[in-house]
Amino acid sequence: MSLLSTKHLLGIKDISSQDIDLIFKTADNFKQVINRPIKKVPTLRDVTIANVFFENSTRTKISFELAEKRLSADVVNFSSSSSSVKKGETLIDTVNNILAMKVDMVVMRHPAPGAHQFLARHIDANIVNAGDGTHEHPTQALLDAYSLREKLTNLKDKKIAIVGDILHSRVALSNIYCLQKLGAKVRVCGPPTLLPKHIESLGIEASYNLKETLEWCDAANMLRIQLERQEDKYFPSLREYSLQYGVTMDVLNKLSKKIILMHPGPINRGVEITSEVADSNQSIILNQVENGVAIRMAILYLLAGSSSEE
Amino acid sequence: MKRVILDYKKVDLMLTRMCHELVEKHNSFENSAIIALQPRGILLGNAIKNKLKELFNVDATYGELDTTFHRDDFRRTNKPLIPNAMTMNFPIEGKHLIIIDDVLFTGRSIRAALDAINDYGRPASVELLTLINRKYKREVPIHPDYIGEHVDSRTDDFVKVDWKEEQCKIWIITEEEK
Repeated sequence: MSLLSTKHLLGIKDISSQDIDLIFKTADNFKQVINRPIKKVPTLRDVTIANVFFENSTRTKISFELAEKRLSADVVNFSSSSSSVKKGETLIDTVNNILAMKVDMVVMRHPAPGAHQFLARHIDANIVNAGDGTHEHPTQALLDAYSLREKLTNLKDKKIAIVGDILHSRVALSNIYCLQKLGAKVRVCGPPTLLPKHIESLGIEASYNLKETLEWCDAANMLRIQLERQEDKYFPSLREYSLQYGVTMDVLNKLSKKIILMHPGPINRGVEITSEVADSNQSIILNQVENGVAIRMAILYLLAGSSSEE
Repeated sequence: MKRVILDYKKVDLMLTRMCHELVEKHNSFENSAIIALQPRGILLGNAIKNKLKELFNVDATYGELDTTFHRDDFRRTNKPLIPNAMTMNFPIEGKHLIIIDDVLFTGRSIRAALDAINDYGRPASVELLTLINRKYKREVPIHPDYIGEHVDSRTDDFVKVDWKEEQCKIWIITEEEK
């Protein structure tokens, strides 16, 4: 069954725009499924999925688990804090042991960029990247683009800004690849210390000026300040950051048009955006969360289908 | 080899006959609904719906159901299983449903449809209407209630219902021609 061009979802960089369209089309159907009285289909009833999380996660883990359960897959959960990883077991041994128990798919989050590529080379199961360090977070990018597409119909030539901590963000990189593949124009915006050098080489614009960027864009994705990844001080204080780069109702009201606001969560309320903005009708944050389940169902469905090829 | 076994003139007579049968049982469709199966039952479903309106001025509640997620051959077939859109904008709880599909062959799609319907509630009853009832290869115990025509073709033949501009021809295509 040649559905997706790939057996794994390691990153948006490796998939084609046709793959993205297929995932969106399939997600449309799953969105219908999760909005009806019985939100479950029996499709993956003979598939076992392991959720392997070497980093903390609330939203992504729950979203994947719900997606798996609504597809009737059997689910095993694993988190590194309560496992033999603490005893010094290697990644490949851990995963091979899980696979020896006849697991068909692995959804993994790992702090090391590229951990999923490494795993894909060594084990025989579909692998879904639920975030690898500061590299990619493909399912988040897909649900962001899907939610945007619902509002803007088509992303071709639309202007999307990604604001905040670009340097430490896997969401930013996946979003850039995904939006570009869908034909959108992308600009990143943040303090100079939080924008990677040479980011323009990805074919995007970079700006240090929030107000001008918001005036330029149709939608802005406000990224979280990742204090846990910041060993050095990148800006003087959170208060100063929010004064320069935080979005308030006041900032929004001064713009010449209504823009859409997104946030991948968890929100630092009052830092990237104020509570008022997060809960306003311009924000699609909760749509993103709802769409996350449909997108993840679509990805698991399509990957599980593609493995019958062998 | 490819030959036409039914032209639209004949099909039109069948549709008219089946509409009479439907109205005989379901009267004005007050507590009944038509559910056409994606992808190929849709055109037949629409034809029946329009005919009911034309002949009896009956506005039947109409939905389109996709059974992809309930199929029993996922991961067991090389054909891509791409889902289709669904429109089921009415409660089916307690309703008398008529499933519509163009060709009944192995019966497996109808089995999947029965499962899919359960996800929307508990209907009072479910019946099956099919334009072509192919014999000889039923794999599950399913039998239609309203039948256009019985066709005794070889199991490796392909029966195609070819709709153009709301009219259809029905072909039998043998293995080599598929």
